[in-house]
Amino acid sequence: MKQILVISGKGGTGKTVLTSSLAALAKGAVLADCDVDAADLHLLLHPVVKEVQDFWSGQKAAIDDEQCINCGRCLSLCRFEAVKTLKNQDGSLKKLAIDPVACEGCRVCYYTCPVDAIRMEDRLSGQLFISETKYGPMVHAKLGIAEENSGKLVALVKQKAQEIAEAEGKTWLIIDGPPGIGCSVIASLAGVDLALIVAEPTLSGIHDMERVMDLAVHFGVLAKVFINKCDINWDNTRTIEEICQKRGIEVIGRLPFSEEVVRSLVAGVPVVKFSQGEIAEEIVTLWRKIEAIFGEGVVLSGKKEQRF
Amino acid sequence: MIVSVASGKGGTGKTTVAVSLALSISEEEVQFLDCDVEEPNASIFLKPQIEEALPVSIPVPRIDQEKCNFCGKCAEVCAYHALAVLPGKVLVFPHLCHGCGGCSLLCPQGAITEVGREIGTMEIGRSGDIEFIQGKLNVGEAMPAPLIRAVKERARKSMNSTTLTIVDAPPGTSCPVIEAVKDSDFCILVTEPTPFGLNDLALAVEVLRKLGIPFGVVINRSGMGNDKVDFYCQENNIPILLRIPFDREIAVLYSQGIPIVQGKKEYMERFRGMMNRIQELLLI
Repeated sequence: MKQILVISGKGGTGKTVLTSSLAALAKGAVLADCDVDAADLHLLLHPVVKEVQDFWSGQKAAIDDEQCINCGRCLSLCRFEAVKTLKNQDGSLKKLAIDPVACEGCRVCYYTCPVDAIRMEDRLSGQLFISETKYGPMVHAKLGIAEENSGKLVALVKQKAQEIAEAEGKTWLIIDGPPGIGCSVIASLAGVDLALIVAEPTLSGIHDMERVMDLAVHFGVLAKVFINKCDINWDNTRTIEEICQKRGIEVIGRLPFSEEVVRSLVAGVPVVKFSQGEIAEEIVTLWRKIEAIFGEGVVLSGKKEQRF
Repeated sequence: MIVSVASGKGGTGKTTVAVSLALSISEEEVQFLDCDVEEPNASIFLKPQIEEALPVSIPVPRIDQEKCNFCGKCAEVCAYHALAVLPGKVLVFPHLCHGCGGCSLLCPQGAITEVGREIGTMEIGRSGDIEFIQGKLNVGEAMPAPLIRAVKERARKSMNSTTLTIVDAPPGTSCPVIEAVKDSDFCILVTEPTPFGLNDLALAVEVLRKLGIPFGVVINRSGMGNDKVDFYCQENNIPILLRIPFDREIAVLYSQGIPIVQGKKEYMERFRGMMNRIQELLLI
């Protein structure tokens, strides 16, 4: 089983559009959405949820008002500004309370409270879904609002997806990655066979592509670049190609900007299933090239064939 | 006043809106904080003169082998499994450490001190009259939140009662976003009129409601997809502050790193109008 991760650094470059189309083209794939903060792949693949699992992760502190003597020790020791002072109308201290959003569950307050007024509570941080789509099983998740530990939830999504792929003998695991270069991206990259970096020819896009490229290289993952909206700025497209050449990273394809993609989004359909034009053809070619990297498919020759 | 710009979905135009707003307001002192420390882009548009670059570190434990008796207390109290105690040896995993200070505080032998581990850089400078501060997370670092905290703390030093502080937030709905938008007086949510834009806008709205921060919406690339974002805002009583049309010329300006208010001067007035609208909303 080969794992293909679609990432970009910058948001909104077309990761999910591309992932959904690769999902539709791959035969025998398991799909995973690792953008657990703001997942969108379900809007194009319409998974039917088969199984829901609660994601418990970390803890948060809570103060027992009966026990608390307002000594303020927790307030002075907390490094996450999670202990709040609630005041009476006259400005005097009413009580201390934990801000569950700011609390990182470090337990310093719990261990140091002189009157044992603090308890630690397990934290329900999100939900994980195991689903079925037209194109194969899909694992996705929803991080609770304002929760942390997205990296751990990403790791769990990937683990479940791998288990399914192995149990069902699937050839591919196609993963929609999150934006950025932080914990959830690092968790997404673990064990991946190919990081497909979707770049756009804007100065921001180039900057962000280089950082995510550095990250893939840092973790020793094979990276290839796909340029989206290449006709927005040809100079920048050429700059991307030059950077990639210099760094020995292949540009594996490119797409012009197209309103067809917007229409496919609104229709809620992967663009390769929505239309048969230039855009769809380019993505089919991309998929053939990915297959060829891993020796799974036909080597490209001359004229592109339609494959729908 | 602190106005943050966030979005849920990435690539909707947070930086475009934040930069344009900063460049449109000239009456007050303006601070610009790029808190998208994983992928900071505002400097591409504001081209600040960086005057100072400071490493930002989080405190991680250092074990004094002379004093340590390998009792195991530090590993027991660490909620992040950043310490492991073996017979005659303590292992520290600095990448897992959140810097809470629990181990050094609770070590019975006083054998743990804290040393800084650099996670990124904070750059401070000026772009015209705008004070500019950005965080840049080192590649390979997982935790952006402490760097965002450092940027905001630095900004507080030069903030006064008339300063307008504009915070360019990262995408998403998890801890880095919270760190960036908390303490804001108002948050501008930038979205696009597509199913993705709507889905992620609704998530961002939940975050702001949870934090109790007033907010409004900017619809970027207006006219591109469908009307569902409009209906959603109407149904949920969310003010639409501004619409930026779906326009190839604007996309090209963006690609060149030119702020929309410089490429299309008429937008200056529209962004000022948006700021007035925000001030009115805060008075209600």
